[in-house]
Amino acid sequence: MREALVNFALIALLPLVALGAQAAGETYVVTLAAKAAILALAGVGLNLALGVGGMVSLGHAAFFGIGGYAAGIAAHHVFAGTPVIGWPVTLEATDQMPLIWLAGVLAAGLAAAAIGAVSLRTQGVHFIMITLAFAQMVYYLGVSWKTYGGEDGLPIYLRNQFPGLDTGDGMQFFALAYACLLAGVALVWQVARSRFGQALAMARMNEARLAASGISPYPVRLVGFVLSGMVVALAGALFADLNGFAGPSMLSWHRSGEIMVLVILGGVGRLCGPLAGAMLFVALETLLGGLTDRWQLFLGLVLLGVVLFARGGLMGMLAGRARHG
Amino acid sequence: MTLALFLEQLLNGVQLGLTLFLMAAGLTLVFGVMGLINLAHGALYMTGAFVCATVAGATGSFWIGLGAGALAAAAAGAVVEVAVIRRLYARDHLDQVLATFALILIFSEGARLIFGDRPLWLDIPAALSGTLALPGGAQYPLYRLAIIGIGLGLAGGLWWLINRTRIGMQIRAGEADREMIAALGVDIRRLYTLVFALGAGLAGLAGALVGALQSVQVGMGEPVLILAFVVIVIGGIGSVKGALAGAVLVGVIDTMGRVFLPATFGLFMAPAEATATGSALASMLIYLVMALVLALKPKGLFPADA
Repeated sequence: MREALVNFALIALLPLVALGAQAAGETYVVTLAAKAAILALAGVGLNLALGVGGMVSLGHAAFFGIGGYAAGIAAHHVFAGTPVIGWPVTLEATDQMPLIWLAGVLAAGLAAAAIGAVSLRTQGVHFIMITLAFAQMVYYLGVSWKTYGGEDGLPIYLRNQFPGLDTGDGMQFFALAYACLLAGVALVWQVARSRFGQALAMARMNEARLAASGISPYPVRLVGFVLSGMVVALAGALFADLNGFAGPSMLSWHRSGEIMVLVILGGVGRLCGPLAGAMLFVALETLLGGLTDRWQLFLGLVLLGVVLFARGGLMGMLAGRARHG
Repeated sequence: MTLALFLEQLLNGVQLGLTLFLMAAGLTLVFGVMGLINLAHGALYMTGAFVCATVAGATGSFWIGLGAGALAAAAAGAVVEVAVIRRLYARDHLDQVLATFALILIFSEGARLIFGDRPLWLDIPAALSGTLALPGGAQYPLYRLAIIGIGLGLAGGLWWLINRTRIGMQIRAGEADREMIAALGVDIRRLYTLVFALGAGLAGLAGALVGALQSVQVGMGEPVLILAFVVIVIGGIGSVKGALAGAVLVGVIDTMGRVFLPATFGLFMAPAEATATGSALASMLIYLVMALVLALKPKGLFPADA
């Protein structure tokens, strides 16, 4: 009950901040709110693998970046007036976000299926190292792909379009990102309470029991991993459009770490934990970053403190311990 | 492909491999004995390089710098173990990942605070600045041969330490059954600190050695850390022998791939395309090898419990 109230308050807080900032003329804060919404969406996606399925993936930057590159590549071809593929069939570029998202999410889903198929053969530390290594492979692929900017990445001069919206407007872009976040939260909530979600949670808690009840854990985990990667890819596409840039930095393993950090700051396995975590993360980045260039030092100390002494994160403090271990 | 080029690149690969071994040995020992995944191992590598560059710059002696770098990394490792890592042994891997990720942030910003934002440069010691003639006519830098020698020597020393000394016996016993050796009266906390500091010292030494080949800068440890993970996954986690085999394999495949793949593609593609495709594939090669090893032997080539 208390968690539902906190969830509701967190979901309401973000648009209130954005609206308030808009009314006060602080457009920069609206951009920050959009950033928080997008990072929260990435966290919600990762939380499906991490919190529900117990898969500690350090490779989700790969999916985040694939989504980002989908937006970047589309914008690049639209700007240059060239087709994405010229042969054997011509595929014209589009600047319509729904189509870009579909392409990015599908591409990330395929990548997640391939990476997951290999990594999920292992567990524990192996899984962490292998997801990290495969994400690094995708990173190097991005760095060496000269057609799409190589190390420099791709600038997005004009934000991609969404039917009926002016995405160049900060508030409208925030609304779009926030709607995606709500859709992501609703999706993960529905998945988590479905039969499939129960099986995924059981794969985390007691694999032998899941197998004994006639459900093979491997395909359940794989589907969970792929779904999680697809949600993160949508966040990546939005993030690229927010920043007007897609590049290898989106694929770097620091990004994987950051998404994981905001899930943990919020509280792992909690529906709105990533939302709380993302707001805290963006607030820390802005406030500390304004005071000192060394803000990551303080982020490190806060994170260390949370891990060592405040297990359960922000949601643990606000809404009490999670009911299910 | 000439013999000279082949030999030169093979040696480069072995040199990279032995550097990776110095990183991977510590990681795999720490995992084998304490069950801990340490993302901050690259930060200790960086610490070794920074201290070596600073001390070598101040004293004018590379060797004093090298010793100082390895000792500083070992000391930093011991401090971190006592202050933070010790609390993580009983935690799950997620907590270990996060806490050591936090340590990376702290070390990176700390290094910027202490040593400044600009990269440091470390000169190769004068005695090793020459070259050696290889069969086939190529000149190979002595310094890289020295790294190979030091790496092999340390691999031998580590083998001796683990298989022939009392400490090594305790380390092996710790891998097999932690509770039991604690019950037998071994001070397990001290042993853990020692193993962690040993791994940190090896990483620091590797960083200092490589620091003379590249620039010494913040973040230099992370690509090496990820390669060391690939090494451990290929070699078998917890196994020092596996770490050595995996490290040399990864070093040679990576180096050879970068040189010879673009050339191979050049046989049937336009030069520019061949370079682009070849180098893209080369940068992915070791990860593909890792996937292949996992598909055939999920526990790696030399599993520790075999």
